[in-house]
Amino acid sequence: MAKITFITNDDEKITLEGASGSVMALAVENNVKGIDGDCGGVCSCATCHVHVAPEDIEKTGEASEIELDMLELDDNTNEYSRLCCQLQITDALDGIVLKVAK
Amino acid sequence: MKKSELPDPFKNAREETGIGEMNDQNDPVTMLLRHKDVRKGAHNWKTFQSGAVPGRIVVPSEVNIRDLRQIPFEVDPPQHADYRALIEPWFRRPLEESYTKKLNDIITKVIDEALILESVEVVNKFALPLQSRALTLLINTPFSESETWISWGTHVFRSEGDPLDGDKAEVLYTYLDEKIEEAIKTPSDDLYSKLAESEFEGRKLTKAEIKGIMVLTFAGGRDTVINAVTNSIAYFAEHPKSLQQIKENPEIINSAVEELIRYFSPLTQMGRVVTQDTQVCEHAAKADTRISLCWASANRDDAVFKNPNEVILDRKMNPHVGFGFSHHNCLGATHARQIMRTLLKTLSEKVSTIDIIDFEENIENLDQFKRKVGFHKINVKFNSKKIT
Ligand code: HEM
Ligand code: HEM
Ligand code: FES
Repeated sequence: MAKITFITNDDEKITLEGASGSVMALAVENNVKGIDGDCGGVCSCATCHVHVAPEDIEKTGEASEIELDMLELDDNTNEYSRLCCQLQITDALDGIVLKVAK
Repeated sequence: MKKSELPDPFKNAREETGIGEMNDQNDPVTMLLRHKDVRKGAHNWKTFQSGAVPGRIVVPSEVNIRDLRQIPFEVDPPQHADYRALIEPWFRRPLEESYTKKLNDIITKVIDEALILESVEVVNKFALPLQSRALTLLINTPFSESETWISWGTHVFRSEGDPLDGDKAEVLYTYLDEKIEEAIKTPSDDLYSKLAESEFEGRKLTKAEIKGIMVLTFAGGRDTVINAVTNSIAYFAEHPKSLQQIKENPEIINSAVEELIRYFSPLTQMGRVVTQDTQVCEHAAKADTRISLCWASANRDDAVFKNPNEVILDRKMNPHVGFGFSHHNCLGATHARQIMRTLLKTLSEKVSTIDIIDFEENIENLDQFKRKVGFHKINVKFNSKKIT
């Protein structure tokens, strides 16, 4: 199990618990505002963009090349940006904080 | 070649020069063919604009057959964002449970009807009714309206032999004028009424704006959905194991839909007008000329997609541009995805095999390229799963 905290654009803090699947799916199931997951997680829509808290980057790892190309042309991209459909939930993600980009 | 195959006519040009050239009514188009260039072009709205003379960004150009600006399609940022903000929540309704349930009923019925027939012409007797009935949900209008839309046939905007017949579009325009008047007089819960009462930049939308939005709902979602549905039937006819795969692993439906959209690319390309002298792939693009973003070519770029000409239903990384990219990405995508997801699920549950009887391909003539986008007609026999 991993506890994952989302901070939405209107500064709402939502902590969710997940065991498997992608972080995007967890957020969509729980209606986290600003994460739509339109493409269902195949890296083609960028509606799951988050900024990982700097201290958690080690846990999430960095974006792949395909993901980076996608992020490069999205709004509000910075060095902490990830598409959270590409983050698989494992115990290793426990405690991370993600700021929703949209 | 398999009947359901859609070959990639762009490969050589994409690899050699990155561009294609198409003459269209003396307003030539430089087609961007590479995935990276297509995405960058779509993103760079300042240099490659949508808000040109109405009809000019469409290929073939519709400048000579209409003056009405389509919204938000032919508007650039920042105003584009205001229009999108106004209508986007409405176009997300397909995610609601009551909507998906009704959509499921519509698609189940179309499939049940097809299963009892000896043969079905898929374009006109399956995909068109399915698309039209589903559209009543998106517009939130009575189901009976779909009868009218079905009666228009697939050629509502064109007549035989003349693909750009302005009179044909009149059918739709006249219909929309009536519906908009009605909505103003007696508002209901439909999209026309919703638009009629909306505030935009501190004022009401004009009738022309409402019409510009509505026309796009009809035009943008018609051929595209019909091609996606028809091509899916052809694909599963030749790949019965894939239907079985979906039946056994319904969790792949999302990625299967994205993969089919990538492979089919129901909208081949969309144009932009160049606002300042620039270059695309070392090729001069002068101000006031046209480029196009060729989604269909980008979606077969092997710099991005492994085995691009294969349909891999559980493809994990699939950054396709079948629904466009950036600001103007498809507003109807939520609806279209929901249609495709429901179609795949229901087919996999009810249909064992599909036999193709005969067909006529629909090949787009893009000057330098000929691209198969689907079928003009295709007769098939649906076989039901044995009741166990
Ligand atoms: C499989 C089906 C569909 C495909 C492949 C598709 C494809 C596309 C593409 C590639 C674009 C981008 C055009 C551009 O960048 O200039 C687009 C835009 C658009 N589509 Fe779709 N479309 C589909 C279904 C629909 C449906 C069902 C509707 C509505 C009922 C719709 C309405 C629109 C609108 C309104 C836009 C313009 C959005 C904007 O300019 O902001 N589409 N579509
Ligand atoms: C009032 C608005 C529109 C009109 C009058 C219109 C008109 C036409 C015409 C005349 C054709 C036939 C071209 C030919 O056969 O060579 C066509 C095909 C097509 N249009 Fe449109 N169009 C409109 C808007 C759109 C939009 C906004 C989209 C997508 C976002 C779209 C997608 C398509 C596609 C995919 C085809 C090819 C279908 C096929 O050949 O099977 N249309 N349209
Ligand atoms: S859900 Fe579409 S890119 Fe992540």
